Formats: sequence, structure tokens, C-alpha cells
Amino acid sequence: MADGIVLEKVELKLGTKEFRFDCRLSAGAVTAVTGPSGSGKSTFLNLVAGFETPDRGRILIASEDVTEKHPSERPVSLVFQDNNLFAHLDIATNIGLGINPSLKLSDPDRKAISQALERVDLSGFETRMPGTLSGGERQRAAFARALVRRKPVLLMDEPFAALDPGLRFSMANLLIDLHRETGNTVLIVTHDPDEVGRLADHAIFIDHGQILLQAPVEEFLSQRDIPALAEFLSG
Amino acid sequence: MLTRTERRRGIGWGLLSLTGIALFVGVAIVALLSWDAGNAQSRLFTLYTWQILRFTLLQAVLSTLLSVVFALPVALALARRPSFPGRLWIIRLMALPMGLPVLIGALGLIGIWGRQGAMNSLLLKLGLEQPVSIYGLSGILLAHVFFNLPLAARLLLAALERLPAEYWLLSSSLGMKPFSVFRFIEWPAARRVIPGIAGLIFMLCATSFTLVLVLGGGPAATTLEVAIYQSLRFDFDPPRAIALSLLQIGMTALILIAISLFLVPDDSGITAGRATRRFDGRTVPAHLWDTLAILLATAFLVLPLASIVAAGVQANLWNLVTSPAFLRAAWTSFAIALSAGLLAVLTSLAIIAGRGAVADMKRPGGTARAFSLSLAGMSSLVLLVPPVVLGTGWFLMLRPFGDVARFASALVAIINMLMALPFVMRVLAPAVETHRKRTARLSASLGLSGFSRVWRIDLPVLAKPLLTALSFAMALSLGDLGAVALFGSSELTTLPWLVYSRLSSYRTNDADGLALILGVICLGLTMIGTAGQREIKRG
Repeated sequence: MADGIVLEKVELKLGTKEFRFDCRLSAGAVTAVTGPSGSGKSTFLNLVAGFETPDRGRILIASEDVTEKHPSERPVSLVFQDNNLFAHLDIATNIGLGINPSLKLSDPDRKAISQALERVDLSGFETRMPGTLSGGERQRAAFARALVRRKPVLLMDEPFAALDPGLRFSMANLLIDLHRETGNTVLIVTHDPDEVGRLADHAIFIDHGQILLQAPVEEFLSQRDIPALAEFLSG
Repeated sequence: MLTRTERRRGIGWGLLSLTGIALFVGVAIVALLSWDAGNAQSRLFTLYTWQILRFTLLQAVLSTLLSVVFALPVALALARRPSFPGRLWIIRLMALPMGLPVLIGALGLIGIWGRQGAMNSLLLKLGLEQPVSIYGLSGILLAHVFFNLPLAARLLLAALERLPAEYWLLSSSLGMKPFSVFRFIEWPAARRVIPGIAGLIFMLCATSFTLVLVLGGGPAATTLEVAIYQSLRFDFDPPRAIALSLLQIGMTALILIAISLFLVPDDSGITAGRATRRFDGRTVPAHLWDTLAILLATAFLVLPLASIVAAGVQANLWNLVTSPAFLRAAWTSFAIALSAGLLAVLTSLAIIAGRGAVADMKRPGGTARAFSLSLAGMSSLVLLVPPVVLGTGWFLMLRPFGDVARFASALVAIINMLMALPFVMRVLAPAVETHRKRTARLSASLGLSGFSRVWRIDLPVLAKPLLTALSFAMALSLGDLGAVALFGSSELTTLPWLVYSRLSSYRTNDADGLALILGVICLGLTMIGTAGQREIKRG
């Protein structure tokens, strides 16, 4: 538990919206972050990633206080719904930037890029431009970058929302495989109850800027006492 | 989706405008070519024309280079500081020079950078021996940068702000340093639009008339357009004017072809700074650098504008406004601007109708496609054949029929109309197209057509873009000195001509007061225009 993600009495006000988070997320597990739109899911993720700084409270990742740390100093990798790749740079460069942000790459680094691409089934895509890839391929390239970064935490903001259902399924499987290999801590924002069941070990439900429920996934999915959650689960 | 009558009417309107513009420009060119053409040919490549051409290109290249090079850090700084104090106003300020009559801007620049200007006094105090000269090449460059740096900065900023927000999240999460951000994100975005921006500015500077007229002069600092004007107005040497006009058309044609190869930049999409969030540039040096870049650019733009106001209010504005000379010039300017504006809007609508009719055909034939293309080209023909050349042609054409001054106001209005046409088209064409897309099916199924459709469906929606286009065109015409320069006389005096003649007769106090009034009117009209434009986008 100690090396997971901890939000300790975190408070944040953005405009008129207030957020209060207080939770511990276990290390090495996949935690789904759910809730209605505008509830604060993305803000939650932004706090962990460092794009928002809390007004009060502390954030710890792997027992280290990262509250005041710049996003680049936090041990996290990111995958968004879209625009994960710089459209004007080829795939190898995009992944290489994950290893070294000035693109000073050694030969082993280049090899690591090719291996990562191979792992996500994109062998030989090094010199392709993102625009020539399908949506699923682009997300897999983003996974490859997360792989070469070797960060203990992977944050994902609705990574499969732009993909069609069949593709979502196979991408979820890939994610599970990669997670088993690396043993990293995964936080995934999703509004798809099926995805929660398919992917997550734990789930939290956020509404109006607060965590209403945090539970192991079986318990979470059978929960019917919270109206907002019940509505979310019924789709 | 159009009825057969509607389509036929559209084609008819298109043909009418096409013929009208082609005739007006054609007559001017024919007049140029037939006027003692043999003589002109021998004048085409003299040492003089060569010198003029070389200076035209040299100052345009330098102006473009300086504008873009200085605009880049300003745009980068503004993009990196979405919550810079007063940022929105600074961006709005950068739109001002485009609405400001060039002559007025020149006056403001003289006020700051002139021999008695604030900047040179300061430089002298600092112990600099040779202050900046506002006249000659350095002055022309300074003025071109004043007008085009903000244009370039806005276009660059828009390109940077169009980048997905995720790029900034990613770059900071990956830990990119400022140079890496520049190398991998900012520069690639800027590089895509810089050729288009540079082409646009080069075109504007190569065909710049008023600034060179006021700040240049003499064979050492004269562009083709000004040389044409001088050949006719001072030396009355038509063959030389013709030779220079042909050179000018050739040059602009080449530039236009070159520009057409680049991406067309646009500045729609500059935000108030809420959408983008940046996590880089948090260090003290980065803050200082950005602040310095933004403040210097702002001062560079604000000081001449402030100088216009400061000098203007010293004049006896009330006496000036009530003087017969002002009232007469204001009336003439207003009449010309209104006719030019209305004509530009009507011609645009005719061109749009013609193109719409062709677009509506299921399988337009070659003729129809060529018709549609020439309609599109016609609207920007004035870029190829600049006002001074048009004026020269008509001047030569009409001279046998008596005093050219009799036709002058109509000619100026038509030339102003042609100058406004590309801008008016840019406002109206997308507005009409969106409106048609939204309503075509519904109107067709309801059987709405003709007057009732125009009155009930089109006008309520298009009133705003029409007003925008009209006020843009009027502002352009009101502030224009290029078309009137050839014909200006005691019989035809517009406001800019009045300012210019007061300036040349060293009645600078009057000129300052008039400049302030004219500047306020033109900026007011432009603001009406841009306010309307914003509404369109929101709708």
C-alpha cells in the first residue's frame, strides 16, 4: 500500500467548482476512475499528473511527496484519448522523446524503441507518420512510448473512447498484458462500465468533485445504493 | 437544390460581374498597351527601371525578413503566456494597424521616429550620434515592420494555438526543456505557416504605395508603384509609366504564383487564453524574456498610435471639423466609400451567386468550371493589377475625352471597390456558403424562393456579415491614398488626400488633427466589422 498513489486531504478550487479528494490507490493495480461528465475525473488525473496543484493537502506517489513537483519530475506516463503523438514527427521520434526529451538517443535506446514497437504489434512503423496510422495504431504507439519510459505509474484519460467497440476490446487485452509484464500502477479514466469490469482491480466513483465510492471491482459493480452510481452502471 | 430560374439567375449575375470587372481592368490594360507601346518597350530595361525594381524587391525582402523574425519571439511569448496581463488587449492591438489607414500610421511613425520624434531625442540623449532616419530605406523598413509584424505575430500565434492541448501536457510530462519544446513543437508549427505569412507580407510590401510615397522618394528609395505615380503626376512621361506598369504586373504575377504554392495562413482561432494551458517556461529567465518580447512589441505599436492621438488633440479640432475644406473632403470621401462599399458587396454577392449556381450543377462541364474559376480569380484581380496601374490605364484612356478630373470620383470608387473585393469575398463567401448549406434543403422543400426567401431566410442571417463586409470595404476606401493619388486635385479631395496635401505643404498641425479624425473613423468601421465577424463565428 505504501508505494501506491495517495491523495491526502487534497482540496482544489477551479472557478466555481470545488474538489476534495482523499484516497489511497494500491500499487501495481489497475484502478478505474469513473463518474458522470464534469464530475472531476480529469481533474483527479491532472492532480496526480501534476497539471493541477492542490490548494491544500498532499499527493504522494510511491511514498514520495510530489505535491509541488513539476509534471516532468513525477514518475508517471500519460496516454490521452487523442493527440498522444506529435503529428509532424515520425513514430520513432515520438517514442524516443519518451526516453529523452532532447532526443539524445543511444543505440540501446533505439533498440528499446524497436522492441517496444514490436511488443505493441507495430514492428517496422519507426518512420511512419502518425497521420498514416489508424486510431488504434496511434494508441498502441502511445503505449509503446509508455513502455520505454519505464515509469511506475501509467495515467490514462479515456484512452479507448475514440475507438470502435471491437478495437476497444483488443486494446484492453493488450493493456492487461502490458500491465502484467511491467507490474505498474495504472489509473484509467473511463465512462464505460464494461471497461471497468474488463480492466480494473479497483474502481472509484467521483461525483461533484468528491469520491463517493472506492471499492474492489466486483463490489463496485454490484453496488446499487448510490443513485448516481446506479445510473452510471446502467449505462 | 436550386430551381432552374434560380440557377439561371445566378449564372446571369456571375456573368454580369465577370464582364464588368474584366472590362474595367481590360480597358486599363489595353489603354496602357496601345499608348505608344513601341516607345514604352525601349524604356522597359533602362538603368532607372532596373534600379527601381531592385529597390522594390530589396525593401520587400528586408521588410518581410524583419517582420517575421521579430514576430516569432513575440508570438512564442504570447503563446507561452496564456494569462499575461492584458494579453487579450495586446492581441487586439495587433489587429489595429490593419484597420489603420497607412498614411495615418506613417504620421504616427514620424511622430516617434522622426527627426524631432521622441525616440530620436532619446537616442541622442543616450549619446548616439546618428539617430534612426524615418526617411529612405530605414524608414520604409520601420514602417513596413510596424504594419506587418503584428500581422505575422497574429498568424503565428494562431498557428501555435491550434496545436492540440495534449501537446503541452505531453511535453511537460516528458520533461522537455525550452529548446526541445521549440525544436519539436513550436518551430514545426511555425515553419508550416511561415512561407505563407512571408509570401503575404512580401506581396504587401512589394506593392506598398503610400508608405513609400511619404517616407521614400527619390530614385534611391522608390518602389515601382510610386515610380509609376511620379512618372505620370510629376514628369508626365507615359511611356515610362507604361513600362513600369508592365514590370509591376509581371512582378506581382510571379509573386502571386509563388504564394499560391504555400499554405494560406489565417488568424481565426486566437483564443482569449483560457483554452490552452502551458506548463513550460516557468523559470525566471523565460519569464523575463517573454515579458521583454511582449512589452517591446507593444511599445513599438502603441507609441506611434499614441503619438497620433497626442499630436491630433493639439490641433484645433473643432475649427478643423467645421472648416469648408474638411466638410467637402469628408462628403467626397463618404460618397466614394459608400459607393465603393455597396458596389463591392453587390459584386461579391453576384460572384458568389454565380459560383453557387455552378456548384449546384450535377455535372458541371468544362465551361461551367472555367466560369467558376474565373469568377474566383476575378475577385482578387486587383492584387495582380494594382490601383496605380489601373488608374494609369484609365487616365490615359480618358485624357482624349477632356479633363480626367470629371470622371475621377467614379474611377476612384470603382478602383476602391476592386481593392476591397478580396476582403469582402473572404467575409461573405464562407458566410453565404454555411447559410446555404443549412437552409438549402429546407427552403427547397418548402418551395421558398425569390423575394420571400431573400427577405425571410437570407437577410436575417446574412445581415451581420453583410454589414461587416460593408464596413470593411468602407474603411478601406476611406483610408486609401493609392487610387486617389493620381486624380487628387482641388476638384477631387478625399480625407486622406487632404491629410497628404496638408502634410506636403508643411501644415502638419492640420494634418495631425485630420489624421486623428480619419484614424478614429476607420478604426471604428473596422471594429464594427470585426465585432460582426466574431458573431459569425460564435453562431
